[in-house]
This record gives sequence, structure tokens and C-alpha cells, in this order.
Amino acid sequence: MNEATLERGLNAFREQVDAPVAAFFSSCVSCGLCAEACLFYTETGDPKYTPIRKLEPLRRVWEQEYTLIGRVKKVLGLVEPVTDELLQEWQELLYDSCTMCARCSLVCPVGNDIAYMVRKAREGMVASGNSPTDVQAAAERAVRIGSPMGVRYKALAAQIQHIEADTGLVIPVDQVGADYMPLLSSMEVINFPEYIESLARIFQHAGLSWTLCSDAFEATNTGIQIGSSDIARELVQRIVDGAERLQVKYVIAPECGHAYTSIRWDGPDLIGRRFPFKVLHILELLDELRVSGRLKTEKPSAERITFHDPCSIGRKGGVIDSPRRLLGLVSSNFVEMKDHGTWNWCCGGGGGVSANTDAEALRTRVFRRKKDQIEETGASKLITACANCRLVIEEGLEAYNVELPMEGLTELVAHHLVED
Amino acid sequence: MDTNTKTLGEALRRNGVTRRGFLKFCTATASMMALPPSMVPAIAAALEQARRPSVIWLSFQECTGCTESLSRSHAPSLENLIFDHISLDYHHTLQVASGEAAEAAREAAMHANEGAYLVVVDGSIPLGNPGYSTIAGFSNLQTLEETVAGAVAVIAVGTCASFGGLPKAYPNPTGAVSVSDIVTDKPVINVPGCPPIPMVITGVLAHYLTFGTLPELDHYGRPKAFYGTSIHDRCYRRPFYDKGRFAHTFDDEGARKGWCLYKLGCKGPMTYNACATAKWNQGTSWPVESGHGCIGCAEPDFWDAGGFYNALSVPTGEISRNASYAIAAGVGVGAIAAGINQRTRNKAVRQHAEVTIEDLEKR
Amino acid sequence: MNDAMDFLLWARGTAFDVALTIFIIGVIIRLFEILSLGRPRSLAEPKGNQLLPGMKSVISRTLPDNGTFKRQPLTVIAGYLFHIGLLISLLLFIPHIELFNATVGFGWPGLPNPIVDAATVIAITGLLAALWNRLTNPVMKLLSDKEDYLVWLLTFLPLLTGYLAYHRMIEPYPLALGLHILSIELLLILFPFTKLMHTFTLFLARWYNGAMSGFRGVQS
Ligand code: SF4
Ligand code: SF4
Ligand code: SF4
Repeated sequence: MNEATLERGLNAFREQVDAPVAAFFSSCVSCGLCAEACLFYTETGDPKYTPIRKLEPLRRVWEQEYTLIGRVKKVLGLVEPVTDELLQEWQELLYDSCTMCARCSLVCPVGNDIAYMVRKAREGMVASGNSPTDVQAAAERAVRIGSPMGVRYKALAAQIQHIEADTGLVIPVDQVGADYMPLLSSMEVINFPEYIESLARIFQHAGLSWTLCSDAFEATNTGIQIGSSDIARELVQRIVDGAERLQVKYVIAPECGHAYTSIRWDGPDLIGRRFPFKVLHILELLDELRVSGRLKTEKPSAERITFHDPCSIGRKGGVIDSPRRLLGLVSSNFVEMKDHGTWNWCCGGGGGVSANTDAEALRTRVFRRKKDQIEETGASKLITACANCRLVIEEGLEAYNVELPMEGLTELVAHHLVED
Repeated sequence: MDTNTKTLGEALRRNGVTRRGFLKFCTATASMMALPPSMVPAIAAALEQARRPSVIWLSFQECTGCTESLSRSHAPSLENLIFDHISLDYHHTLQVASGEAAEAAREAAMHANEGAYLVVVDGSIPLGNPGYSTIAGFSNLQTLEETVAGAVAVIAVGTCASFGGLPKAYPNPTGAVSVSDIVTDKPVINVPGCPPIPMVITGVLAHYLTFGTLPELDHYGRPKAFYGTSIHDRCYRRPFYDKGRFAHTFDDEGARKGWCLYKLGCKGPMTYNACATAKWNQGTSWPVESGHGCIGCAEPDFWDAGGFYNALSVPTGEISRNASYAIAAGVGVGAIAAGINQRTRNKAVRQHAEVTIEDLEKR
Repeated sequence: MNDAMDFLLWARGTAFDVALTIFIIGVIIRLFEILSLGRPRSLAEPKGNQLLPGMKSVISRTLPDNGTFKRQPLTVIAGYLFHIGLLISLLLFIPHIELFNATVGFGWPGLPNPIVDAATVIAITGLLAALWNRLTNPVMKLLSDKEDYLVWLLTFLPLLTGYLAYHRMIEPYPLALGLHILSIELLLILFPFTKLMHTFTLFLARWYNGAMSGFRGVQS
């Protein structure tokens, strides 16, 4: 029987140190500027949330195992070891107060990619048993049931039935040889089935062949959030198996931030080979359709809207211009938030934070930044492209008693389609 | 000693020095000693009345350059006159007497002026072997100790006497030391320079004659009035240094235009002496003016200060060679360090135990 | 009697050789240690080039983003003052250039001394401001350990002694120059084993950051 132990954690930290990590730690001059980029610091003013400080356990392992002077210091007893107590204390810093939004990675003057290291540090935290129990449970559901929220295909099938009955649209499932295989997040299945409907509408409108996969519809990846490549690999493998079984050309990541990261960027490395299909984010696909003239939309509406860039899609995924072009297609009154695109502020719920009840109070507190940002625009509607952001923002706005309708960008585009 | 009864003023006048010339000398002395012009009459009066002191000049390991410097001049200068009219009772280069007679003169002077005579020393003292340098069968050390016993003060003339000088240059084969290394119970005034400026010696003497005291000294025992500022701070080429205009060779455009000689090894920035203001050969010129950098001859160990033609900031070792050895060693040790790091990580990868949902919780 | 000169000679000779040797070996070891750990090549399909964004980050991270500047002007300004002043006084002072010339075999034109002098004052001011910031800014205070203060001191001493030597505020001059050289030797010796290494590794760090972002089609 396996168990999480300090030794396993240390070993995982050791495994995670690579040249970038070593270069980053060697370069940090303790200037503290990364704190100014992190909403957990800016909104609380508590210096313990300084991004680079969240990496102290990993830093110690690097120093003590991978530098000559650190090894000498270790022999002489001049360094502080990584202990269970340390890791316990750091769990809050590495999980509750970091969404891996990578905003800090953008400001560090010496170029440290702190979020990259947070992701790596979490491997050690998981292996030593210092990850949040809620996220552990979500991971367990993801592996056992197929979805972190416990959504089985049955539930999806029921939604499909509803949508087909309501709208007359066709939602193909398990069609071998289809071109596009969109993935969903369970949040969409449960909270925002409009997304599924929008997908069906768009595919039909554009005349593309597509299919859902009954045993690989879930795009979210709790392994990425909790920080375990082993678990992430298992979940990615399911998608790859499904896509290969149906021989699709494209797998379409849904409006979910970390899902895009896990399937688009981490996936091939996790399973150790290139994919035989291409991975696109739904917004990238929509933008391609726009370019090729396959999206016919009605006159842009004049409602003042603004857009929240999900960190994993924008700053970490490079999908920044496509949403803006799509917004231009459907709106004549789109306003940017002050910091947007690469510089957007996180909703506060990414990286597993929204699934972690330990973090709830803090998350609401730091949401103030997003709330202020949204309010500054004077928009009467907020558009985003991540079901998780959307839920977190909805809850956040509610906590601050702000009324503001929200919509996913895919839905917004679907609503503006005109059939001729 | 008949000359001893005369005052300095009388002696000067007898040699045809006018009152005006004498005052001019007093003014120059005052300014060199950084005294206000109002002191000039006092200096003149004091010098006028000053009795000529007895001076015993000892030469040890030296090249006679100092004596040359001090005695050589085309016209009888005031400096020379001062020299001529101190009572130089013993100086084996200049005196007529030799052998036993010479030593007898020394002893007589010591007796007659017990506790009041001045000892001037040029040259360093060899401690390696007493036989390296002897006079009348006595080692330099013996002579010095004996002569200094009844002196009022010692003036160490030249860098050899002041700091050991050339004889002490690495590897110091004779075990040369300076006067102040031996004489610790009497005031020692160092007048370094290789050779020192004549004016400085006369200045020190003038000071002694005027005030009956010794001038204020710096931490190297040098009269502050002459060694208070560096060559560099008084150098007329200094504006070029500040503007970054340098001669790079002795015959390039910079050299012809009289630009700063720092890059050619000028030690002006570390050398404290009066050359830049007093100049040499009756004010004709001085090394920097004639196109050669200062070699720092008034500073201790100037011979070993890293080469006359190397810029002062350049380390003295074989840097490029050392650096290439260091690079080679670094690559060697670095490769080992790299190997250790890779082994550590590979081992960690090997030891990786797969994380499954069963072992997320700590037990 | 001759201790100041002996000291200068020792500082310019043996001590410098030792310091330079440790510095070179140490820096190479550190770079090997870092680079040996490698970076696995990603199997994901790139959305952009790595090289150019990497290079761009190496340069662009020199400028702060507007938001950070507004939030921490002191950190940014002190950093600039210090680094610019240091670079000018280190690299454009004639005696220093001569030293490089003797070490690496080539030199470059320098700046007039009064300008270098002003740059040194700027650097010292920047460093003092940075220290004050470190002692009062809660984030920096929490982040800073002994090493951060040591590194500050190691950087401060050469500037201070250099300034004092240039202005003849320590006598005799050989002592002043010797102290200045010694303070640099101290810096050289500890350089590879402290955060001073950021001088070199920041290029790696910035490049990795920029390249990894560029790979995903983002300019960081
Ligand atoms: S990744 Fe985001 S949340 Fe995490 S430390 Fe950096 S700025 Fe803060
Ligand atoms: S911004 Fe960069 S250098 Fe500054 S404290 Fe953070 S990680 Fe270190
Ligand atoms: S020539 Fe020598 S003394 Fe004159 S300014 Fe140049 S370095 Fe200084």
C-alpha cells in the first residue's frame, strides 16, 4: 500500500528541479516586486503571500541538493531542512493562495517564471500528502467516476436529450471519423448546458462534422490542479484514447482554462508522445471559422460589454487576440478592462482554488480586485471564456452584492449567428 | 670650528647673496612649507641669526645619487649655499680628509656638539651580513647606532634611507632596512625620493633653523609641507586625466599633445612628492613634463610596485594565464558538479513512486 | 613602516589572483550546475518560436511594467540608480578599463572622471535607498535573509572604498587603493556562492521565461 510521506515528497521535489528552476532560484534578488503582481498580496497586504516565498520548500531542496555550496552548508548544518511542518505550513501558500495565474511570472525583473515553479512544487506537496482534501476528493472522483464533479455520461446524455428536444439540434456522440471532437467541463454539463447547445448550433451553422465522445467528454484535469503528473497523465490518456478511437482530426478544448493547459500544452509531455490530432481552443476554432467566412452574424449589438481573460487561456495559453476579434464581430460597444490580455488579473479561483473550501474566505476577499476592475468599465455584461472563471465571478459578485449578467463568449457568438 | 661661530646671514652675505635674494629664498621656503606670507620676515630674521648646525652625513648602501642631486647645480643656488654653510663636518664623498682623519673629524664633531648635531643618512642599512657594507672597518649598523646616539635628530635622505629603497627591492639580498627601522628613539625625518628634491632638504633644514623644531610629518615620517599632496593632484596633465585623454604609447598623438600618462604606468596618483610644483634642475622640468610617467620614487617599495609601465589599477600577477588555468579548472570541477546533479536527479526519477488517488492522503 | 604599500601589493598581487581564480571557477561551476539539469523538450505543438521571444524577454525585463512601477516606485528607482551608476563606474572608469584590458586583452573608451564620480554617487545613493527599502518594505523585509544583506554589503564596499580612494579621503593612497581592491576581491570570492550570481543567471532566467511563453504564443 502506497502512502504519502515526506520522503516521497522530497523525492518529487528533487525530480522537479530542472535548469529553469535552478536559474530562477539563482537569480532571485528578493526585490519583492512579484508581490505587486499577485492579487493575494495586493488585496490582503500580507507579505506572506509574496509569490516567490510560496516556493520556499522547493528552493530549499534546490539549494541543498543541487548546489555545491548548499551541500556544504547542509553538511555543516547551516541550512534549514524541509520538514513535514514546513510543508504543512506551506500548503496554504501553494494551494489556497495561488491560482497559478502566472501574473507574477510577468513582472519579475530577473525573469523568474514563478507559476511554473508553483506547478512543480505542488508535485512534492501531493507526494508528501500536503494537498487540500477537497482537491484530493475531486481528483478521486475524476479518476473513479470520470469527472471531478462526479458527472457521469448518464448526466450528459440526459442534457443532450433535453437540448435536442428543445432545439431540434443534433448532437452526435461517438461518431467514428468525425472531424471535430469537442470536450466539455463538468461545470458546463451541470451549470451551463447553454454551452453544449451553442456548440451544436455553431457546428451546424458552419457545416462541420463533429462528435462528442461518451467516454472522453470531460476536459478538466484535477491532476494538473492538484499538481500530480501521474494523475494528470491518466486523465489525459482517456481523452487521447477517445480521440484515437473516433479518429478525429481536432480535439476542441472547452471554455475552461486549465483544461486547455492540460490537453494543449501538458498532454503530449504527460503521455510521452505527440498527438495524432490537433488541439484547439473553442475560441481559436471560432476565430478560424470567422476568418474563413463560415460565421454569419447579425449586426453587432450596442450593449456595453467587457471581457475577462481566463489566465490559462490568455496569459498562459496565447489565446488573446481571437476573443477580441470575435467580440468585435458581435459587439459595437466592447470595452477593455484596465489590465487586460496578458496583464489581466485572475478571478481568484483558478489552479484548484475554487474547488478548495479552505480557500473560500480568502478567495472572496481577493476577488475585490476583479470586482473593481469590472466595475470600472461600466459594462452591463461580462463575457468570459472559462466556466470556472464564470462560476467564481458569479459567486464573487454576489458576495459583493453586485448584479451583473455574464455569458460565455461561445454562447454570445452562437446567439448572434444568423441562418440564411 | 671657526665657521660655527658665524650666523647663517653673515655667511650668506659674505658669499655675495643680496638681502633681496635672501628674502626671495625665505619667501620660496615659506610657500613650500605652506606657511603664510606674513611669516616671511620671521623666517628671515630667524635664519639671519641662526647658528650653523653641525651636520654629520652618513652614506650606507646608496648610489650617491642623493648627494649628486643635492650638490649639483650650475649657478650657486641658495640651496647650495645653505648646504655650503651648514657645518658639514663629515661626508665621505665631499670631505677632503680621508681614512683615520675623516673618522676623527666625525668623532670630534660628535663630541663638540653632543646632543645638538644633526645626522643625515643616505642609503639603506644591510642587516643580512654586517660585511656587506662597512666604513673604516665598522658595519653600517654600528656606525649608525654610534653616530645617532648623541644626535638631536636624523634626516633620512632618499628612498633608500627612508624606506630601504632599491637595495631592499625584491628579493632584498642584503637584508636592507631603513633608518627608521633602526633608530626608534630619535626623531627621524624621511625625505624620500630617488633622488629627493634639493629644495625639500633645505626646506627641512630651514624649518629646523627657523623654529628650532622639526616640521610636521606624515605617517611615513615625511614633512607634510612637501609630501602633503600627490603628484597627480598637482600635475598639470590632470585635466587630461579627468577628460579621459591618454597617451597610449610614448610616441603617439596623445604623447605629443601632452596628454595624461596614466595608461603608460604613471604612478602620480599614489605618489606624494613635490616634483609637480618644485620641479627639477632649477625649475626646468620634471618627469611628467618631459613625457615620462611618475615612477613613484618617493613611495615605499616603489621598485616592486608592479612595473613602471603598468597602469596602477592593473593587478601585478599573470592574470591572463591565471584566468585560463581557472577556466580549465572550472570546467573540470564544473563537469563533476554537473555529473553529481544529474545523478541526484536521475536517482530521484528512478525512485519515483507513482502517485495514485489511493495515496493522496497522508497516513 | 611600509605596510600600506605592502598591503597594496598583496591586494594587487596574490589576493587578486586568488580572488579571480575562485570567482572564475565558482561561476563556471554554478553555470554547469544549472545547465546540467536541462529542460525537457516539449512534445506539444508550438504556437510560436522560442528563440526570439526568449531574446526579447532578456531585454524587455530590464524595463518595469507600468503597474509594478506605480506600486513600488522606490524599488524600481533605487534599482535603476544603483545598477546604472554601478555599470558606469565599473565599466567606464579609465583605471577599470585598464584592468579589463590587462585581463581580457581589450579595452574601450572611458568617461571623464567627474561623470564617473557622479555615477558613483548615484550608485551609492541607490544602494542606500535600496537598503532602507529592504529594511522598511514589509515584503522585502520578510523575503530578505542574511545573504541579502551580505550581498548588499559586498556591493556597497567597493563603491564606498572606490569613492573614498578617488577623493583621497583615506590616507595614504596605497591603503585606500588596497582597500578598494580588497573589497572587490571579497565580492569576487563570494560572488559565485551568493545571489550576486543573478548577474549571469538572470539572462538564463529571462530567456527560459520568454522562450517558454513564446512557445505558447505569448510574449512575456
Ligand atoms: S501564479 Fe498568480 S496567484 Fe500564484 S503567486 Fe503568481 S500571481 Fe500569485
Ligand atoms: S520579483 Fe523576481 S527577483 Fe523579485 S522577489 Fe520576486 S522572484 Fe525574486
Ligand atoms: S601624468 Fe601621471 S600624475 Fe599626471 S595626471 Fe596623468 S596619472 Fe596623474
